[in-house]
Order: sequence, then C-alpha cells, then structure tokens
Amino acid sequence: MQPYPESVPLPSADKRWKLVEATMRRHGYKASALIEVLHTVQESFGYLDDTSLRFVASSLRIPISKVFGVATYYHFFSMKPPGEHTCVVCLGTGCYVKGSGELMKMIEREAHICAGETTPDGKLSLVAARCIGSCSLAPAVVIDGEVIPRAQANAVQEQLRRWIGHDSR
Amino acid sequence: MPEISHYQVKTLTIDGKEVCASEHQTILEVARENNIDIPTLCYFNGLNGVGACRLCLVEVKGNNKLLPACVTQAQEGMEVTAHSPQLHEYRKLIIELLLTERSHVCAVCVSSGHCELQSLAQKLGVNHVTLPYLHEQCKADGSHRHFVADHNRCVLCTRCMRVCDEIEGAHTWDITGRGIRSRMITDMGEPWGDSETCTNCGKCVSVCPVGALVEKGKAVAEMTKPNFLPYLIQMRGKGQ
Amino acid sequence: MTLDELQEIAESEREAQKKITHRINVSVAAGCLSLHSDVVFNILHEEVKKRGMEESCKVKAVGCMGLCAAGPLVRSEPQHTYYRGLPPDSPEVLSAIVDSINGRPVPEFALSPEIPFFAAQKRIVLENCGEIDPERIEDYIGVGGYQSLLTCIAKRSREDVVQEIIKSGLRGRGGGGYPTGLKWSMVAKAAGEQKYVICNADEGDPGAFMDRSVLESDPHRVLEGMAIAAYAVAATKGYIYCRAEYPLAVKRLKVAIRQAEKLGLLGKRIGESDFSFEVEVRIGAGAFVCGEETALIASVEGERGVPRPRPPFPAYSGLNHCPTLLNNVETFANIVPIVRNGAEWFASIGTDKSKGTKVFALVGDVVNTGLIEVPMGMKLRDLVYSLGGGIPDNKKFKAVQTGGPSGGCIPEQFLDMGVDYESLMSAGSIMGSGGMIVMDETACMVDVAKFFMDFTRDESCGKCIPCRVGTTQLHGMLERISEGKGRMEDLDTLERLGNMVKRTALCGLGQTAPNPVSSTVRYFRDEYVQHITNKTCAQGKCPCSKAPSTAAGK
Repeated sequence: MQPYPESVPLPSADKRWKLVEATMRRHGYKASALIEVLHTVQESFGYLDDTSLRFVASSLRIPISKVFGVATYYHFFSMKPPGEHTCVVCLGTGCYVKGSGELMKMIEREAHICAGETTPDGKLSLVAARCIGSCSLAPAVVIDGEVIPRAQANAVQEQLRRWIGHDSR
Repeated sequence: MPEISHYQVKTLTIDGKEVCASEHQTILEVARENNIDIPTLCYFNGLNGVGACRLCLVEVKGNNKLLPACVTQAQEGMEVTAHSPQLHEYRKLIIELLLTERSHVCAVCVSSGHCELQSLAQKLGVNHVTLPYLHEQCKADGSHRHFVADHNRCVLCTRCMRVCDEIEGAHTWDITGRGIRSRMITDMGEPWGDSETCTNCGKCVSVCPVGALVEKGKAVAEMTKPNFLPYLIQMRGKGQ
Repeated sequence: MTLDELQEIAESEREAQKKITHRINVSVAAGCLSLHSDVVFNILHEEVKKRGMEESCKVKAVGCMGLCAAGPLVRSEPQHTYYRGLPPDSPEVLSAIVDSINGRPVPEFALSPEIPFFAAQKRIVLENCGEIDPERIEDYIGVGGYQSLLTCIAKRSREDVVQEIIKSGLRGRGGGGYPTGLKWSMVAKAAGEQKYVICNADEGDPGAFMDRSVLESDPHRVLEGMAIAAYAVAATKGYIYCRAEYPLAVKRLKVAIRQAEKLGLLGKRIGESDFSFEVEVRIGAGAFVCGEETALIASVEGERGVPRPRPPFPAYSGLNHCPTLLNNVETFANIVPIVRNGAEWFASIGTDKSKGTKVFALVGDVVNTGLIEVPMGMKLRDLVYSLGGGIPDNKKFKAVQTGGPSGGCIPEQFLDMGVDYESLMSAGSIMGSGGMIVMDETACMVDVAKFFMDFTRDESCGKCIPCRVGTTQLHGMLERISEGKGRMEDLDTLERLGNMVKRTALCGLGQTAPNPVSSTVRYFRDEYVQHITNKTCAQGKCPCSKAPSTAAGK
C-alpha cells in the first residue's frame, strides 16, 4: 500500500532529516502528526526554521500558513537557535511565592537579556517556564536539563558568570 | 432561501416571539428569518461558525451559560432571550474592548461608513471608551498588487482565513502567535505580495468586516464590499 | 494472557518477593531525583552488595513517597522507618543505614511514619506510589495489577462497569468535578463505530504536580484505568496527552505501554477476548489552555490548541468527530480501586457530594511541602497545620490558593472549612486539579492577583474577545495599582470587567480567569485600597514600594 503518492525530497544530506522522516512515516504521514513531527524537528535541530517548516508542510500536505500558525502557537517551540547553555527559571505559583520572580530579574540583569532571549554571543538562552512540577522544592531552576531544587541566587549567578564572561557587553 | 424541512419543524420563542425552525437551523438563522436582530461580527453567512466574537451570546432558559446564537442549534421548546439589559451591557463592553485593542480611527479609514465595527458601535450606543487603549503595534502590509492588509485595524474575526480555506481552498491565511499577540498571516508571515499560495481572488477582502483588508487606491470612506458569497453558496448548493 | 495466567505471574512475583526479608525503597520520582536520589540508590545498592546481602535485602527504586521537603526520601522495611534528606555525597551515612537494617534506625536521619504527614493520609490513588518499581510491570502485577481489567472483560458487562462508576459517585479530578460515571454513560450510549478514550495529563495549573507523581510512580495504574474505561464505553483507541515539561513521566509511560502490550494487557485482543485497546502518548507543547477538553482534542489532531464552543460535547463529537471520553490522570487512577473494592466502599469515603479522596500538592510557605492524599472533607486547618506542619519561621498564615489560575485565594476565616468541591466553590475558589499554595503574611495579594492575570493573559489562546482583550485589560489595571497609579474606580472596573469576562468567554480558561482577582478583591480589599491611597505595598513586593511616592496626599 502506498500511503503517499510521492515523497518529498529531504532538504539536505543532513542525517537528522531521516529522523524527521521516520516520525512522519510512523504516523502514516497524517496531518494529525504535525505536533509530534515538530517535536522531532526541534529535538534534532534545536529549533524550527523556514526550511524545516516548509519540508514538514509539504510532506504532511498541510498549508504552510497553518504549520507556521501551529509552530508559533505553542510556547515550547522555538523559531530561534538556542544558546550553548540554557537556563530555565520556573515561574509557577509555588516557585513565585518562593521568590523565583526576583531570581529571574537577577538573571536578566546579570545576562543583559530578557526571558525568552539568547545572549548576543550565543552562550546563554534564558527561558521562563510556567511550572515544571517541582513546586515542593521551590524555587526551581533548570540548567542545561538538570533541575536545581531550592535554587539560590548566588549559586545560579556564579554558574552563569562562568558562562557569559561577566564584562561582555 | 433556506427551505423549511417537512420532516421536523421545531417551535421555540425568541424574546417572547413564537418562531419556527427547521432541522439544523441555528438560533441566529431563525432570529434573522424573523427579523430579530442579534449583533454578530465573526459570523459570516456561508462560512463555518466559530462562536468567537461572543456578540451573539443569548440566554436560554434552563441553561446557566450564555450560548452563541451562531453555532447553537434551535431546539423544540427553547425559550431564548436575545435582548436584555445584561446582554446589552456585555455586547457594549465587547465592542469597547475591541476598540481599545488596536487602532480603530474612523476618520482616516477607507472603510468608514461601510465598517461593521463602526456600525455595531453606533447601534449598541458605544459612544465613549473608558478603558485605556492598548494600541497593540501591528504592521500594515502593502506588498500585494491589488490589496492592502492593515493589521492595526484587524479584529481577528478569522473570516479571511475561513473564506480562503473553505471557499477558495488556498488556505493562504492563518493566525500566528496567541492571545493578545495573535496576528493574521499569509503563508509563513512574509509579505502578502510574496505569498506563493494566494490566488489574488480577493474573497478575503470582500468578507473583511472592517478596514483591515481593502483594495488599493481607495480614499477615506470609499471602500465598499461586494456581497458575492450567498450567490456562490447557492450555486454550490444547486450543484451538489 | 488470560486472568489465570495473570494470577500465576502475580503469584510467582509474590513468591519471589517473600524471599526478600529487608527492603530499602529509594524514591526516584522527579523531586527526589533532582536531589540526586539516583546517587543514593547506587551507593546503597553497592553497600548491600559489598555485604553480600543481595539475596535478602533489596534496594528498590520506587516512585514518590510524598514528602518532597525531606528528599531524597528512603524507606527501610521491616524497620518501618523513613529516612529524610540523605546526603548523596556521604557514603558513610548511607553505609550506616545499611548496617542498621536489623537494629535501631540511624537517628539523625530517621523519620517516624507516625507523624501526621504520613499517618493522617488515606492513600487510594497513591497506594502503590513509593511501594512499587514504576518501571517493572511485574511489580504492579504482584500487587494485583491488571486483575480488575481482565476480570471486567471476562466477567462483567460493559453496562455493569459503567453502573459501578456511577454508583461510586466519583467526580472528575481535573477541576470541574463533573460526575465521571455520567460522562462514561454518555460516551457508552453515543452512536459511533470508532470511539476514543483520552487521558488528560496536561497538568497545567502552576503549583500542582499530582498527575506528574502518579505517572512517574505508578503509570500502569493509569493505563489500567483507561483500559477499563475503554472496555466500558467500547473504545478501541486511547491517547495520553502529557505535558512536554514532564519528560520522566513520558518516558515511564512509554515503557509501561510497551510492557503491557508485550503481555497482551493492552493492544489487540486483551485477555484473549474480542476487546482491543491501543494507547499512544501525545506530547503537549506548552499551552495551558490545552487542559480544556476541546482544545486538547484540537492539539491531539495536530492543530492549534484552541477551544471551540460546546455543544457538541466531546462525548458525542470529540476526536475526529467521534465520541470521546476524556478524564484526567487522577480520575483514571481511581478506577481500579473502585472496580476492585466496589462502589459502596468508595462512596463511604469523603463527604456527601464529594466521594473518595483527593490528592493535593501542598506547596509554598508550609513546612512539609509535598504530595498528600486525604479523604474529601478534611479541614483546611488540618491540611496546613497538621499534615503540612504549619508555616515556617513562625510566620502568620495569610491565605491558601487553590485551583490554579482558575481558582481563588482563601483567607484565614475559612481554615475550619472541610475541603470539597462545593465548599471551595462557596469560598470563591475551586478544587481545580489539587494544587494548594500556602501563603504567609509576607505575601502581597495584589501581587498574587497580578501574577495570575499575567499567566492567563499569556496563556489566552486569543480566539474570543473577552478573554483576549479582557485579561490584558485586567492585568494592566493590576499593574497600575501595583505601581501606585491606581484609582479607587479601578476596583469597580475590575469587578465589572471581571464579571463580563466570566460570563462571556468561550472556554473554561476565560470564564475562570478573573477568579484570582475577584477573590482577592473580596477578601483583601484593604490591601488594594492601601496600594491605591497610600501608594505603597506593605509587603514590599510591588514596584510602588520600591519607589516611594512623595505625593501621598494625592
């Protein structure tokens, strides 16, 4: 059975496209697989861009405007390449009550960027999370995938300074 | 004209008036057939209803939620209140919220006089805005050969998106972002003129209730919109 | 696999377990893991090995034990002792714990199971959490897992199962409290060849992590509940919609599904009957509104997770326009015990209108932060002061926030209220999914209200005008008040606009978004007035307190 008349050529020889294609195949190239496929793209490439969105749109036969609409609707998807390191500050209620708002402001001052941005040198991305479920160990910060429970401002600050070179910009 | 099905005719009341509805008719359709005016903005005859603008909310006896008349089917014995001081208050506030969201300045708008937001405001008596203006900053896109999209005037009714998808079949329009940062886009948010999918049919322009999508070269208050869709739908209905 | 075969596996698992005389359970749920309980596990395991006691003493990775504040948590049996805050970097301490398994527990770290936090709980949903290894299906089968499912399929009619749930009085644990049995019977009666069961694991309420713990600690319990539901309503396909923020839960769910499929407990012809049920995990992508059922369905369909007006209800027209049963994680986790012990047993727990237990996430300014399960109707005071151990640093209680962004702040005067769906509603809040954020006297209620409005404004999908623009306006007003630029009229506008948004917004998110504002205006009006007239924040949380205004009289 041919689920799909002609397959769309991969955008490049980059092996990561095979992963994306595998996810699409697993879901039978159904339009309903869009979000799953976007997850795979972001896992493989770190973010979503023009090329990947166009590839996914034509492979799943979804209007390109719709794919863009879906990709920009969900906060988990990023349209910009992530920094070398990522710092996620949880701003859930539990963490907020325990001072994560101030923690976030401190990091913003320290890195000279706002939540959702990456430093110009590409060293650090700062992300605000809505709740990562570590409420009982608030405030929680996730640094490069590792949850730091009961995060202390100076410890986080120290870690960041090691990455962003304090006097850069 | 919608034909009354002879299988099942339902009787209900709207604002105390006894009315009849055929199978699958919505409260709004029945009301309009009976000259009962319920304000709408996102609704467009011939396009799928989305119940988004909340102007057509009505009270239905026995239901403690307000229901959007445009997508709620009429049912036997329903007692509908389409006009009450409370509903009027809500409708006014909805229009006021819309007026504060972006920049709706009639004095410089080509659609002035033919604008549904303007006439709704007049009809509902919204003569001043007490809430602060948000002035969401949007782009005006003049890249298309024939049309202009000024998103500062957009009310996010999604009529353009629906007509492009449901009738033209191009699905050039969609929404990017969410919440107060939602914006209508063509393709991947690039200038409309660069769109690879737009067929230049102009249906989106003619269904736009405000001055967000207009023809090029029109001066203030010059823009009128042809009402072609009912004809199109009727013709399709015959063909099926 | 038939019921007999399943019982055989259970029996041999129990036999194997009997040989083990000592047990050291280490919590490897996300909270304890972030405190490096995996290291503790490895060291304990090595210590046992060194002593050659592997045959009789098992170090076991288990799920959440609840008391996150004291993590990493370990429980030693038959000593019946909890160990709190074990240092992962101190092999000496861990070695001493292994040495003491036959004697007196190491006192510095021991924690009695008799303390109210543990003793006052009634664990039904969480009965296996902290007991079984979430990544071993045999563990789950050993405690009777999947027997309810196979018994239903083999011996009970679909209608009978639905009736059991109706009789139990179970209500949806996701927030609304809609009677679960009624929902099931609607889907069961709905016409359609294809039906779906969806588990809502998009636990979006900030400050709530019950579902996360259940999925991480006992994923099979949820799968079995879903499969029983699928049998009862004649669905053949299921989805679990889980947040992307919970990678460990997703991983354990996927492992559990694979294991269950391998044993024929999920998938085609379950229990060698005609009943088939396949489950897939779908991962959310960061949109709070996807907890709303129609938005969740849109998201599973690969679309923007935007709600649509109901009716039609998903029970009649849901996923792919087919009848769809949607319940949340905790609701499904309640199914197995109800089927096993009967509706009467379940209905005997809790209050008149709210049956059973509720899992709460106790967080914020409270000593024992963590996860608790108590019968419905327990007094708020007991939750905060007895189980919760009170407010740290001898500070005064100010409020407890329940129901997430859809809920409200409950002040001191309600501390002696029994907690159930109705009482919380009458106090101006809602049960929600079960997050309880305790706030002490240093909290500023204007700031808290602003926090929630910022949340809903950001999470509003933007489809309907009242929510899209209304929440932005409400947030703006709170921001001005917090900056000392508010006017007394603003309080009326907050109320008027809030009411309008509640009544006219399209979905639950918008209809409840003003709740945190209205409840704080209702109970803490003084604080608002103080911000407006004195232009100061007594708690020092708002911008106005940082730039003291000299024009106090104006």
